[in-house]
Amino acid sequence: MTAAISVNNLKKVYASGVVALKGVSLEVGQGDFFALLGPNGAGKSTFIGILSTLVKRTSGEVRMFGRDVDTHVYQTKRDLGIVPQEINFSQFEKVGDIVMTQAGYYGLPRKLAAQRTEKYLKQLGLWEKRDVRSRLLSGGMKRRMMIARALVHEPRLLILDEPTAGVDIELRWSMWDFLLEINRAGTTIILTTHYLEEAEQFCRNIAIIDEGRIIEDTSMKKLLLELDTHAYILDTEADFDADLRHEEPGLALRKVDSHSIEAVLSGGRDINSAVAVLDRLGIRIVSMRNKVNRLEQLFLSRLRADENGGG
Amino acid sequence: MLSDYRLIAFETIVYKEIRRFMRIWTQTMLPPVITISLYFVIFGNLVGSRIGEMGGFRYMEFIVPGLIMMAVIQNSYSNVVSSFFSQKFQRSVEELLVAPIPNYVILSGFIAGGMARGLCVGFIVTLVSLLFAELRIFSPLITIGVVLFTSLVFSLGGFINAVFANNFDDVSIIPTFVLTPLIYLGGVFYSIELLPPFWQLVSRLNPIFYMVNTFRYGILGTSDIDVAWAFAMLVLFAVLLFGVCIWLLRKGTGIRS
Repeated sequence: MTAAISVNNLKKVYASGVVALKGVSLEVGQGDFFALLGPNGAGKSTFIGILSTLVKRTSGEVRMFGRDVDTHVYQTKRDLGIVPQEINFSQFEKVGDIVMTQAGYYGLPRKLAAQRTEKYLKQLGLWEKRDVRSRLLSGGMKRRMMIARALVHEPRLLILDEPTAGVDIELRWSMWDFLLEINRAGTTIILTTHYLEEAEQFCRNIAIIDEGRIIEDTSMKKLLLELDTHAYILDTEADFDADLRHEEPGLALRKVDSHSIEAVLSGGRDINSAVAVLDRLGIRIVSMRNKVNRLEQLFLSRLRADENGGG
Repeated sequence: MLSDYRLIAFETIVYKEIRRFMRIWTQTMLPPVITISLYFVIFGNLVGSRIGEMGGFRYMEFIVPGLIMMAVIQNSYSNVVSSFFSQKFQRSVEELLVAPIPNYVILSGFIAGGMARGLCVGFIVTLVSLLFAELRIFSPLITIGVVLFTSLVFSLGGFINAVFANNFDDVSIIPTFVLTPLIYLGGVFYSIELLPPFWQLVSRLNPIFYMVNTFRYGILGTSDIDVAWAFAMLVLFAVLLFGVCIWLLRKGTGIRS
């Protein structure tokens, strides 16, 4: 199957002389839920800007669903929906008008535009706000409105730049549910986020970009398998005072407080070995959690390796 | 579908532009009508009664075409410059740039919006002028033709201003320091026959002079210049400015990085 996005040796040098992209090559399959991660200033927004045509590339090739974006400008634009990081709608227009206008820009007849506007504003919980001026919306609502606007022409590829920034926890989860649903329905999704636990949970494939270069491009599963140490916090049933010394290789136990223990596993050890050791010591575990988000751990280690020239 | 989507996009831009200036009518429609009405009262009625005739007409009748044209020019220009710049400023212009809309459709949409406001205000001013002077139209075709082309040319000018504007000062500099002097020196209030030969020659370098005089010819049947020549200039300006706007859009000046 043709890739949703195929980018080859993409370079961008701004007029100021800043080199934002230093030859990025990347492929995102159709139907993927893809995370593009990187620290601030790594080149994520420039990359997205080039795909949306708001940023002009210096060199390189971009294909969308097999079509060259230079020779099939209008078709590739029709295939793409963009939710930018910054607010980019008129603060004086009403919510419904903004989405309807965007539908008109994509050539949707008025009746269909009205149906789609209603559909997506309802799905994103904003239908009651359709006659409200956009500046009066909360930060989370503004972001959801931008998602509705990006979807109104039903693109095959949706790119979201920090979609959950400033959105409260409850709405964040309902937003993820919604994105998963449209992804299951066939829309390819590419997103950037600073919430790495969300990327770990929802994205199937991942690329890490740093200083304008892709330093990791793999599946989420494969990447997480590369993690050789896992740290967990285990909560005990009751307060304990037992000595945590043991003979088990690849397992380090440390008392955090009177009812929780840190377990660090390495060399292929799994959590069962920690539970078994603690059981022998008479300590019962009632719950556990990752000490640090696993993707965060990997993300930081990749960036450090890149800084040290280790690739 | 292909020709349809462009038409729908065009209609959407025009509709949005009209909705914008109607929403803020107290800023866009009311002030020019009040200002021009004051010109009618002060210059046309009070001062004009002492001036007597100009170009063979009552002074009030002489200045009506110029004042209508002044309203059309200022409002066509300022609608496009303020609308496009505010879309740049709020970044909502990105909604247009990511959509599959050819540059000429984007430009035509904004220009049509500017012309709509210019003609609306021009029409209201014309109605107000009927309170002060009898309006006889010598040539409807020339009158409508020149007002349409003038509105088009200044909408295009407003677009170029907006493309290069980086802040709100840049939006008001050209109307204040270029457009207003050109309008006042373009024969709105006097016939250039009153000027010494040198200043008559200078006046002929002012494009607004041709527009005002052609419009005056359409209404009164009298003009300081050759109407065919004035029309040729207007068409030339419109074509040139349209070309410049399309070139700027294609380059992405001020809107794409």
